[in-house]
Amino acid sequence: MSDWHRIGLVTDIPRRGARCVNSPFGRIAVFRTAEDRIFATEDRCPHKGGPLSQGIVHDSSVTCPLHNAVISLKSGEMRGPDEGRVRVFATRVDPLTEVIELSLEDEAAAIREAAE
Amino acid sequence: MPEKLVVIGNGMAPGRALEHLFEKAPGQYEVTIFNAEPRVNYNRLMLSPVLSGEKTYEDIVTHDDAWYASHGVTLHKGKRVETIDRAARTVTAAYGTTAPYDKLIVATGSNPFIVPIPGSTLTGVLTYRDLDDVETMLEAASTGGRAVVVGGGLLGLEAAAGLKMRGMDVTVLHLMPTLMERQLDPAAGYLLERSLKARGIDVVTKANTHAILGEDKVEGVKLDDGTVIDAKIVVMAVGIRPSTDLAKAAGLDVGRGIKVGDDMRTSDPDIFALGECVEHRGQCYGLVAPLYEMAEVVASQLCGPCESRYLGSVTSTKLKVTGIDLFSAGDFAEGDDREEIVLRDASAGVYKRLVVKDDRIIGAVLYGETADGAWFFDLMKKKTPVSEMRETLIFGQSYQGGSPLDPIAAVAALPGDAEICGCNGVCKSKITGAISARGLTSLDEVRAHTKASSSCGTCTGLVEQLMALTLGDAFNPQAVKPMCGCTDLSHADVRRLIVAKTLKSIPEVMQELEWKTSCGCAKCRPALNYYLLADWPGEYVDDDQSRFINERVHANIQKDGTYSVVPRMWGGMTTSQELRAIADVVDKFQIPSVKCTGGQRIDMLGVKKEDLPAVWADLNAAGMVSGAAYGKALRTVKTCVGTDWCRFGTQDSTGLGVRVERFMWGSWTPAKVKMAVSGCPRNCAEATCKDVGVICTDAGYEIHFAGAAGLDIKGTEVLTQVKTEDEALEMIVALVQLYREQGHYLERIYKWLKRVGMASIKAAVVDDPAKRRVYFDRFIYSQKFSQRDPWADRASGGMASHEFKPMADIPFQEAAE
Ligand code: SRM
Ligand SMILES: Cc1cc2nc3c(=O)[nH]c(=O)nc-3n(C[C@H](O)[C@H](O)[C@H](O)COP(=O)(O)OP(=O)(O)OC[C@H]3O[C@@H](n4cnc5c(N)ncnc54)[C@H](O)[C@@H]3O)c2cc1C
Ligand code: SF4
Ligand code: FES
Repeated sequence: MSDWHRIGLVTDIPRRGARCVNSPFGRIAVFRTAEDRIFATEDRCPHKGGPLSQGIVHDSSVTCPLHNAVISLKSGEMRGPDEGRVRVFATRVDPLTEVIELSLEDEAAAIREAAE
Repeated sequence: MPEKLVVIGNGMAPGRALEHLFEKAPGQYEVTIFNAEPRVNYNRLMLSPVLSGEKTYEDIVTHDDAWYASHGVTLHKGKRVETIDRAARTVTAAYGTTAPYDKLIVATGSNPFIVPIPGSTLTGVLTYRDLDDVETMLEAASTGGRAVVVGGGLLGLEAAAGLKMRGMDVTVLHLMPTLMERQLDPAAGYLLERSLKARGIDVVTKANTHAILGEDKVEGVKLDDGTVIDAKIVVMAVGIRPSTDLAKAAGLDVGRGIKVGDDMRTSDPDIFALGECVEHRGQCYGLVAPLYEMAEVVASQLCGPCESRYLGSVTSTKLKVTGIDLFSAGDFAEGDDREEIVLRDASAGVYKRLVVKDDRIIGAVLYGETADGAWFFDLMKKKTPVSEMRETLIFGQSYQGGSPLDPIAAVAALPGDAEICGCNGVCKSKITGAISARGLTSLDEVRAHTKASSSCGTCTGLVEQLMALTLGDAFNPQAVKPMCGCTDLSHADVRRLIVAKTLKSIPEVMQELEWKTSCGCAKCRPALNYYLLADWPGEYVDDDQSRFINERVHANIQKDGTYSVVPRMWGGMTTSQELRAIADVVDKFQIPSVKCTGGQRIDMLGVKKEDLPAVWADLNAAGMVSGAAYGKALRTVKTCVGTDWCRFGTQDSTGLGVRVERFMWGSWTPAKVKMAVSGCPRNCAEATCKDVGVICTDAGYEIHFAGAAGLDIKGTEVLTQVKTEDEALEMIVALVQLYREQGHYLERIYKWLKRVGMASIKAAVVDDPAKRRVYFDRFIYSQKFSQRDPWADRASGGMASHEFKPMADIPFQEAAE
């Protein structure tokens, strides 16, 4: 079962910036790096819940706006000495139309499992 | 008549030999060079930064066309020499160009080795040796896909890191169990593997490449164990072979390389061989430092009979992958007669190991922190006994003899003949000597005059420390404290270079100043954005994405992700209309808290981000603008009631405060700027702990500055006294402009004063009215571009509207499908 949601165009997000997507699983931050790579994570810093979408994006990381935790957008892991990670969501971009699609499959599956 | 010198190969080694020759004996030879590569001499070591995009070809050219012209050199580009006729004393290149010689240098370098497995001749199997290889790799990288690099040595890993930075997926296949096993021990090899993997490079060790798959171009790689890896290109980096065919055909003595004696002559005394193609005392070299030593000997020998001899070299290795620090030298195999000293700091990813034999260091491996590499290497080459410092040896040089961990003291302690630049063999005294004798003040000048730090660049930090040491106060000691991990340059250097090199955008600064990361970090980007804004008003376009969220959305982020909104209340004055508008906004948007701030104005806390534009529109309609409570910018100007009402008031303190705030609002500054004006020395506006404060007296205005009442508490210093309000305004504005131009990012005024000193500030804004006017005018000019209400710009929906709307909503049903 495919679970890809069209959420907009690459150009809807500023380079080295982020936008939010509201989902049943909470707010998701969708980032666009300087090289136009797209990443999606939950919009909650593992430290104290800071909104990562509001942070500064550099290479494939974001620095949390509240207390400067640096989080890898690829793995969701906190860089440096801190421990912790955020959920990452799969994204894909159609090379012709630049449409971004986001998958909630893992999340949905986890919830189904928990419900069963 | 000059003798004829012909050089075959135009690589790094002969390039250096010619530099020496033209210095020692200008005009003695008429030089002709044949180069198989169709270009001038460039710094081959720097191909990796070109591959990764950190440098361009133009950046790495060593000798441009003008250099050849000025030395009367004939350079045949793209002409490979095919025969040397020793009897006729001529060389002949492809397409028939022939040149006669009196003396000949063979400097053909080496050829990359290609493992002759099935498929190794397919299109897409590349080597990594020259600019053409880099260009082929870049072309492949431009369309993405996977690159397989065969060989986990120095070259292979630099290629892998570069291709990765260019956006390719990369797999490194390495035959041995750990990477760079010839230079690193397994522990360091493991750390290296881990950091490569952390960058998303796949590393497969113990990988025996069986075949390269594909019809006419590369499609994949098959390993002995049957694994198949898809690949668009395969980079072979398994080793190099001295290029000796030409010499062999000419009947010269050839072993693994072209055999030379200590005088660098081949078996034919009129023919020298130089560089990677050489075998000297049974040894071939693949690093540039020994080749440069050979080059000096060749140049001396060409000048006439002399004692100059090459006696072989000990080499050390550094990997030039941005962000990975690795150094190795000597022999570090274990053995009964050897003792090892190991230091690890797992959280910092540091590993250091020294191998000591007979009280001498014989090998060193440093990973993660390599600053002491030069020192260890020096001890090793000089065979210095180490028993006296045995206990602290591993902590490096700064621990020896007093002042621990002060890098300058450590460099000061180095002996004059300690080698600083390994590539060019430049020792400490040569650098300090050149700095003093020629009055060098910049790194570029030191590079030009000594060659130090001009090849692989890893010794740049040491050279800068030597400059600090030699120049003392003339070289800002802060210069050795980098802005952040993305650069070795300090705030002071960066500010200076932005102006000196007229750098006008963040990418330009990063490129020209050799940033170590592709796009900076949350520390340097906001700083660069401010510097560019302050230095190029009207030209530089503010980079929103390099601003902290508060400055990007012009409100303060709160711990729950909502925002607070603080409109300006000029000098702390307000009106019933303003208060009514605030009350209405609070009701309309159900703002949970309203508070008087410590800065004499009103804060509305807990506003939802989506509501911000509408909140601002309403406040704008009542004539209010952003109070910049979030900005490294002019914040508040607190006032007291002054002569308007107070029985002690001496001047119109409220009026002056309002005037200053209206004049200066909107301006960006290195750190926040808070001001206050008190009507008498009772100082009800607390002016004596502000960045800038005014105390009014019967005689006029006492201008104070450099107070602090936050993390530090500090009373202000008096800048000067003036008689009129106009003079007070001009003085304050000029002072702040000077600070805008000199301050380091996040450096409050009191810290700036401490760094630059009162005398220099007074000289600029107090003592010389003409200078003061210049700063004043520059401030006014910059205000033309910054005095715009950011709220109005955004409330209208035009600017940065994406900030305030979610991109999409995924409803529950759709998600559950
Ligand atoms: C709102 C306010 C407290 C209040 O309820 O009164 C306040 C609130 C904050 N202050 Fe402050 N400061 C406020 C007056 C002050 C004052 C008093 C003053 O301005 O007269 C000081 C001491 C004076 C000084 O700055 O030297 C003050 C010293 C600080 C500091 C320490 C600065 C320093 O260099 O030592 C910080 C931290 C920083 O800037 O890094 C800070 C940082 C903050 C931040 C911005 C924390 C943050 O980064 O999010 C708080 C934002 C809360 C918000 O969203 O509104 N605030 N803060 C005051 C707003 C004044 C205004 O109208 O703009
Ligand atoms: C990517 C890369 C990174 C490196 N990094 C480092 C490093 O960090 N540190 C370090 O010390 N070393 C490094 N090296 C090694 C260093 O670059 C070499 O040791 C050095 O360039 C060798 O100089 P050379 O003059 O002997 O030969 P080369 O610079 O290879 O020059 C030989 C030239 O001769 C030409 N030639 C060959 N045959 C003929 C012919 N018959 N007729 C005419 N021309 C001919 C070739 O086209 C070539 O241009 C690196 C090498 C590479 C490829
Ligand atoms: S003193 Fe300032 S920074 Fe600290 S909690 Fe209060 S408002 Fe926040
Ligand atoms: S909430 Fe992100 S660093 Fe504290």
